[in-house]
Amino acid sequence: MIDETRSPDPAEPLAHHRGSGGVKPLRGIELTGAQILIECWKKEGVEVVFGYPGATTIDIHHYLKESGPRFILTRHEQAAVHAAEGYARVTGKPGVALVTSGPGATNAVTGLAAANLDSIPVIVFSGQVARMMIGNDAFQEVDIVGVTRPITKHNYLVRDTESLARTVKEAFYVASSGRPGAVLVDLPKDVVSGRAEFKYPGRLKLRAYQPHLEPHPKQVAKAVELLKKAQRPVLYAGGGVIMSGASEPLLALAERLQIPVTNTLMGLGGFPGTHPLFLGMLGMHGLYQANMAVQECDLLIAVGARFDDWVTGKLDQFARKAKIIQIDLDPTSIHKRITTEVPLVADARLALASILESLGEAPDYEKKSRPAWLKTIAAWRAEGDAVMDYRKTDPAGCTGATCPVWNPKTKGCRTEPIKPQMVIDTLYQQTKDRDAIIATEVGQHQLWSAQYYLYDKPRRFLTSGGLAVMGFGLPAAMGAQIARPGALVVDIAGDGSILMNIQELVTIVEEKLPIKVIILNNGCLGMVRQSQQLFYGKCYADTMLGRSPDFVKLAEAFGAKGFRAERVEEVAPVIEKGLAAEGPVVMEFIVCQQALVYPMVPAGQDNYHMLPFAQAEAD
Amino acid sequence: MENGKLRRTLSVLVDNEPGVLARVTGLISGRGFNIESLSVAETMDPAVSLITLITSGSPPIIEQIIKQLRKLINVIKVVDLTEGDYVEKQLVLVKVRALEAHRAEIRSLCEIFKGKILDVSPRTYTMEFTGNEKKIRDILTLLDDFGIEEQVSTGLTAMPRTKLDKRDRRAN
Repeated sequence: MIDETRSPDPAEPLAHHRGSGGVKPLRGIELTGAQILIECWKKEGVEVVFGYPGATTIDIHHYLKESGPRFILTRHEQAAVHAAEGYARVTGKPGVALVTSGPGATNAVTGLAAANLDSIPVIVFSGQVARMMIGNDAFQEVDIVGVTRPITKHNYLVRDTESLARTVKEAFYVASSGRPGAVLVDLPKDVVSGRAEFKYPGRLKLRAYQPHLEPHPKQVAKAVELLKKAQRPVLYAGGGVIMSGASEPLLALAERLQIPVTNTLMGLGGFPGTHPLFLGMLGMHGLYQANMAVQECDLLIAVGARFDDWVTGKLDQFARKAKIIQIDLDPTSIHKRITTEVPLVADARLALASILESLGEAPDYEKKSRPAWLKTIAAWRAEGDAVMDYRKTDPAGCTGATCPVWNPKTKGCRTEPIKPQMVIDTLYQQTKDRDAIIATEVGQHQLWSAQYYLYDKPRRFLTSGGLAVMGFGLPAAMGAQIARPGALVVDIAGDGSILMNIQELVTIVEEKLPIKVIILNNGCLGMVRQSQQLFYGKCYADTMLGRSPDFVKLAEAFGAKGFRAERVEEVAPVIEKGLAAEGPVVMEFIVCQQALVYPMVPAGQDNYHMLPFAQAEAD
Repeated sequence: MENGKLRRTLSVLVDNEPGVLARVTGLISGRGFNIESLSVAETMDPAVSLITLITSGSPPIIEQIIKQLRKLINVIKVVDLTEGDYVEKQLVLVKVRALEAHRAEIRSLCEIFKGKILDVSPRTYTMEFTGNEKKIRDILTLLDDFGIEEQVSTGLTAMPRTKLDKRDRRAN
């Protein structure tokens, strides 16, 4: 129940407590809610808070300026939450955002949904109108707890100043434990300005929430049995590997039993991208060898991956020759989309470590069959590479006047067109020894970044997988750069998605974050346009962007540097110059509109049906 | 049930806090499933409430609903009562047209079904019945012949039966 109390008067004596109905003697140190919140953040090791102030959060900002962690003023609340997510993805620690009530809170909704779908620990603290005003359609009032209920792991409306510290502790615990996720804490203005004794709880034990981490020995034994017998095994590793820090045991398992590994979009970097056993990403835009290997394997070991529809294609045809071992922390992921022979509900790192232990140093497995399996895969890889080699494959036809490379006089390309894949590949060649962090927006450039850039370490590839939010990359790169000030952080964007949070260039310049932004400008919303070309009779409804802003001037207007490449021979020098330049840089590449993201499994098809390959039906 | 659908009675133990019922019902409705019956009340521990709900779906859907409910931070325990032996009760209030000629018969029906007459008017009886779903359905069918004017019902509430053990009986 919400106490029906009046808003506290700042001049009110300290001892007057709302809800207590009288004067309470002063005990210990009394702090305001705002001070308590900031003390809690310090106890949780919060280094940075992203956000935007408003009427209901002034008290918090007041103390934050005095003694709080670093505050980053983004220019939109959505960006604040994505930045917090970027920070969380790079550090593994929860990202924190602070927004005001009403529009501040509703602007944070996309960020919450994005973080939650990708299981990233993010906590949003939102202002709320004073308790007595709740439900009155007050100024900037929104029932944000109601709005965010289905898109957060959990959320809270703090009911009094006394319970604030415990609630904050619980929010951090829930967001970062078990399968991590997004949490919202709604803070009524009078709770924040009220006073209470500050006591931070030590360890929390929630009656109803106790994540299960340890693998069951019986299930481990069953998994080991299958692993030893398998002739054509494949490891299918997702974001759970990165979340639980399971890269090391994953690599050990793959090498010990010579099992090839494929990653989901969220899992990239969880297994070294340059490793000979690496197959590349699987799924709708997965590499040929990855999809073929999964379709043809006799044992699929899913680690922290959830058989997303984007990964499986037509479900009843997915890996139908395989027995499946499924390692997942979340029991709801088991038997959700697919029935598995050996479900293993546990933390990925603990489960893999326990499997490795049971296997022993020199395990007795199907060593004879493995070379044949790896040879088959090598043949698929050669077939796949031929299609992925952008130098040798020409996009069929020209899109004409809508293409930024179009010359109306000659009715053709102005110059030899830059292929977008080439930009990513060149970036990779120039940065592969620099341990860069790559953030992306959403669209064709995102998938090319997943295919042509190889990630050898976890927490280096930041992309919005589940919700797939355009406008995610730039703010996520901000969070990443703040977490790792010395690192090279690049946001790869398209000319569509970069405009979804372009205002953050101000924040980047203001905070002196040396982020490099790469824009692949193809004059259209390429991902949708691609589907229109392939499946909608080339009717390009509402995907042609027409005149784009001058991104070089735009960068300069924000106070960043801007470079542009329009010719193939300019690509490498522009990237070199852009990376070498100090401070934030925008590099725009005018690319061919016709380039498509291949391979592609059309919606509703099984993963054998990859365009542009002929159907490779199984025997 | 049609299409292999199962009707399930779930007993959901939750934290007694505002918003928890919304989380539970939102989870089920958000996945496009209907709640056929629902009852909520505090337990002996005032910090805990018990939700009894009936929903139906195919076995994988029911499995998902139960797992998703368990995943909610405020849900302490979920028991599928349909798995074992349990007792269930529902309460119904019904106002029946009671003409002079039918009054005796209605009263005897009420007695047979262990009901209670709560209110009497020159042309109606208002009665209370408790029982499992079948019993409630039966009495309503019988009363319908006289003309039911109004009827309200609570959700079903349920509890698992305690297993009888020979040793327990000896000890008594």
